[in-house]
Amino acid sequence: MDGVHDLGGRQGFGPVRYTLNAPGFHARWEVRANSLYSFAVRSGIFNMDEYRHAIERMEPRHYLGASYYERTLTSLATLCVEKGVFTREELEQRAEGAFPLAGPSKPGRGNAVVRERFQPGDRVRVRMDFVPGHIRLPAYIRGQTGVVVGESPAYPFPDAHAHGVEAQDEPTYDVRFRSEDLWPNGADSALVHVGVFQSYLERAG
Amino acid sequence: MEQVRAVLNVAPVERRVDAIQAAFEARGMKATEAVAELSHLAEEEWIPRNGARVVAKAWTDSEFKRRLLANGRAAVLELGLSMPKHHRHLVVLENTAKVQNVICCTLCSCTAFTIIGIPPDWYKDLEYRARVVRESRTVLREMGLDLPADTEIRVWDTTADTRYMVLPEQPAHTLGWPEDKLADVVTRDALIGVARL
Repeated sequence: MDGVHDLGGRQGFGPVRYTLNAPGFHARWEVRANSLYSFAVRSGIFNMDEYRHAIERMEPRHYLGASYYERTLTSLATLCVEKGVFTREELEQRAEGAFPLAGPSKPGRGNAVVRERFQPGDRVRVRMDFVPGHIRLPAYIRGQTGVVVGESPAYPFPDAHAHGVEAQDEPTYDVRFRSEDLWPNGADSALVHVGVFQSYLERAG
Repeated sequence: MEQVRAVLNVAPVERRVDAIQAAFEARGMKATEAVAELSHLAEEEWIPRNGARVVAKAWTDSEFKRRLLANGRAAVLELGLSMPKHHRHLVVLENTAKVQNVICCTLCSCTAFTIIGIPPDWYKDLEYRARVVRESRTVLREMGLDLPADTEIRVWDTTADTRYMVLPEQPAHTLGWPEDKLADVVTRDALIGVARL
């Protein structure tokens, strides 16, 4: 999903608001929101891929304006309502006000038909896939060529797992890209690595 | 209309958290109990001291370091640390005098939080997520890490179930120190890769 959450390489943002020993939480409600979402995952109401995708489906202005843990809370509420654990009306009555939720989901997809096993050192290209549902592929590497530097164990395929679609688990490859290739004449020099699912990759010549 | 209604009358975020917790409780789901337990884990157990212990051990035990670099997950479990089910693989990235590794999550906020702690606010902010992959040297300099021009920067974007941790270079003045004292010098920001020791 080419949503506003896919931030890598976006321009116009100011300095990182960095402080030494910065906290992970600023308020008790943030700790509670974080714990309640973990509780829902533990209880089997939704999985991590569904959780991530429900954040991505937030209305773009809401996404960008919300604090991190408000996004957690919105995803949690959206999924509980969609899965029939409780209704939006109940939440709004209890909260005594509107409870904005994320937008509807588009369909997911299964693994790529052709998947190759790669070795460290192999040159690979990221497929030009445009996926309306969940995908763990930052747009800044779409169509780009890099070198495999590592292979992971098999993981659930997020494009399927976020949508209740059956799919095989598959490995990811840590792929090394040169920032100069990703943004020619437009980036600081660096090696940028992304954990790329097997289905997103093809062999490059 | 839906938009307008939502913008005008959104319940305060704290009341929205209360609403969810109460809705769970009303169904007999023990949310309040779980909040107490999970809050304790997030604030007291999943702390950067865990990663600091791993680093101190690697600095003083070359066999452990070899295992850590080969299979990070198995090595940290050896020290009695835990990782959640969906963190299936831990890759440890070794810094050298000429290499600086830095981790991020451009799509959300993923970190090996049981090892290096719940991520700090700036890690989850839009600015870091947007800029660190493309303006890595500039961003690090703004954050106080001004690297020599010949230091290679390696950015690692956490996009799957693999988690990453930086193994910082051991400061020369700490050679020969005991493990506990070494762990004291390892900071969370060095484990993320935005600081050197």
